[in-house]
Amino acid sequence: MKIAVLSGKGGAGKTLVAVNMAAASKNAVYIDCDVEEPNGHLFFKPEGLYTQNVVVKTPELNPSKCNGCRKCIDFCRFNALAYIGEKIKVFDEVCHSCGGCILLCPQKAMLERDRVIGRIETGISHNVKVITGILNTGEASGVPIIRRMLDSISEEDTFIIDCPPGSACVVMESIKDADFCILVAESTIFGAHNLAMVYELVGLFDKPFAAVLNKYTDDDNPSELFCSKKHIPVLAKIPFDKELGELNSNAIIAVREKREYKLLFEELLAKVYQEVRP
Amino acid sequence: MGLIEAMSVVKIYKGRIEEMKIAIPVEDKAMESRVCISFGRTPFFLIYDTETNSSVFLENSAAGSQGGAGIKAAQIIVDSGANAIITPRCGENAAAVLKAANIKLYKTVNDIIADNIKAFNEGTLSLLNEIHAGFHGGHL
Repeated sequence: MKIAVLSGKGGAGKTLVAVNMAAASKNAVYIDCDVEEPNGHLFFKPEGLYTQNVVVKTPELNPSKCNGCRKCIDFCRFNALAYIGEKIKVFDEVCHSCGGCILLCPQKAMLERDRVIGRIETGISHNVKVITGILNTGEASGVPIIRRMLDSISEEDTFIIDCPPGSACVVMESIKDADFCILVAESTIFGAHNLAMVYELVGLFDKPFAAVLNKYTDDDNPSELFCSKKHIPVLAKIPFDKELGELNSNAIIAVREKREYKLLFEELLAKVYQEVRP
Repeated sequence: MGLIEAMSVVKIYKGRIEEMKIAIPVEDKAMESRVCISFGRTPFFLIYDTETNSSVFLENSAAGSQGGAGIKAAQIIVDSGANAIITPRCGENAAAVLKAANIKLYKTVNDIIADNIKAFNEGTLSLLNEIHAGFHGGHL
């Protein structure tokens, strides 16, 4: 079972929910897809780390063969190539590695080279296998790293996918194969606005989903109101609790420390299982 | 350097100035139109020849690009043979193309085309120093 945890903004509690759900399950694989700023590993402190580089294919010109026909430039829909002073300039970070320019070049002047854009670290933290995607600083897209991490997962285990914030390509890639999506929202107007964005996204992808309300109090809650208007089931309410905040800011996994949180996240997991396999 | 040599350098230098073609991103195909705030996604480019005072408007086929609009728009400027561009702002990828083609980047004084051409001819324009990181509408 693959459970994706997402929210329209940063700081809503994705990592809190994802980390604690993984820690609350018997055996789980936690995958940190927030490759620009992965932080789940700070909580898990995984051991026995194994690192793999992630490479993408990028074109490189052999200038002696190029006759300036510009077929490659006209073909590239991402505009990753420019022709200046009888030379092709490749914008590596704009290239989506489709390989079209290489296939198309009548002069066979375009070569393919591997370019490292980041890495994947895998380690163990008690009952949880922790997989962390890390995008190199300055790179534009983490999609190839996310794709690589999610391609390697099987069906049997419980996979918790900690998504990047927002609703752009990297999030779509992260939820693409998920069996269930959890939308984490906090109780502010801004939180409700961002909840609406991911609500629209999971609808587009036709995913079963539910909400978890974080930093929950008895006060007016715009996110809760949104959920009731749209008939979104709320699977858990995580209280606005100073102690939880302290544990979290010290990178301590609440489930491993406090019985009440162990129960809360076990119940959340059970409900998700119930939703997916009734 | 001898006097004759120095004079010929000035002559060549003057020759280059006289041949100057400048590009400006503009909202419409008219001299009364305004400067467009966006370089990569401007609808048109004005290519103005300071020697003949002639103007040509090029359609910016990059405007509707999913991504990399700045690169493609800069390619249009390179292909137009312009020696300089006057623009309110410019992204880093577009600037990389323009700089590789030795095209000078100047900052607009306001959004009125005539004022910018006048400032260019008087040599009062300042170079565009702030190159932004791009807005990346393509959502990589």
